[in-house]
Amino acid sequence: MASNGSDVRPAAARTPLRATADNALKIVVVGGFGVGKTTLVGSVSEIRPLNTEEVMTRAGEGIDPAGSWGKRSTTVAFDFGRITLSERQVLYLFGAPGQERFWFLWDRLFSGALGAVVLVDTRRLEDSWYAIDRLEHHGTPFIVARNNFGDPTHTLEQVREALDLPDSVPLVDCDARDRESGKRVLIDLIHHLTDLAEAELAAAAPSMYEESTA
Amino acid sequence: MNAGPVLPGRDDDPDRLYTITKGRSRAPENAFDLVTLIVAERQPTPGMQSEHVRILRMCEAPTAVVEVAAELALPVSVVKILLGDLLESGAVTARHPRFAPNKARLPDLDTLKQVLHGLQRL
Repeated sequence: MASNGSDVRPAAARTPLRATADNALKIVVVGGFGVGKTTLVGSVSEIRPLNTEEVMTRAGEGIDPAGSWGKRSTTVAFDFGRITLSERQVLYLFGAPGQERFWFLWDRLFSGALGAVVLVDTRRLEDSWYAIDRLEHHGTPFIVARNNFGDPTHTLEQVREALDLPDSVPLVDCDARDRESGKRVLIDLIHHLTDLAEAELAAAAPSMYEESTA
Repeated sequence: MNAGPVLPGRDDDPDRLYTITKGRSRAPENAFDLVTLIVAERQPTPGMQSEHVRILRMCEAPTAVVEVAAELALPVSVVKILLGDLLESGAVTARHPRFAPNKARLPDLDTLKQVLHGLQRL
């Protein structure tokens, strides 16, 4: 994580996007420290995961004209990678720490995200409770993925129970180091979002019908 | 104006960030998303602020705001201020994300289908 200005790579070392790229999408991977967020992002990303940061003013609303870069601000770091989806579309994957102060920046950084993956480590499930609670609060759709490093000591049903996760939220196993497994998690998220969007359309349909026949 | 061998970085003291942004601490509200793609429309000119020069070089191909921030090792909000200058002068254009969540914050089915196809092709 330690970084400074001297490690900026020359432009030639970067992998540029296609000139036709014009629409970028976001998916956020949330999880506690050391759970494997960067590993997951890196396993599916076409670039080596990069790290950046945002400044948060302690004043809260950012109305702090003189002092925002000063002592009253703190920074939150996050990783990201990217996947070119088509000539025009590119998907950015963000690895975000679930810690409390980070959520103050959620709307500024991740409004408009398609959805989120909560990555959990069964040895530290309590790290995930807060993230799940916050995502629900922000109304961001998500799935939960257990990062499985070896023989699991708990079944997914036990994990669901421990997380007090409703049946409506998918819970899947993954190996964050494995590209196919990481890809599968993202596909699972998209399937979940599709289900939700279709259910919403179905729920909206009767009233639309009534309006059109009224 | 060139910074020379010492590049501005995230470990810099607040005074340095204050200088880079000429004292401004807020980008124009909602001017850029984290993933707005920035495209340079002209070459750097002599006397340009060094950060602006680097942004223009980097954005010869479309580059997301967050990538610019990572490459310059500057906080996202500082980069948004710098990009605001370049956008205002016409030196860059911005390709904003087209997906905006509806009230229930769900993406539309077309977008989801395209993402799914893209992921399956990986």
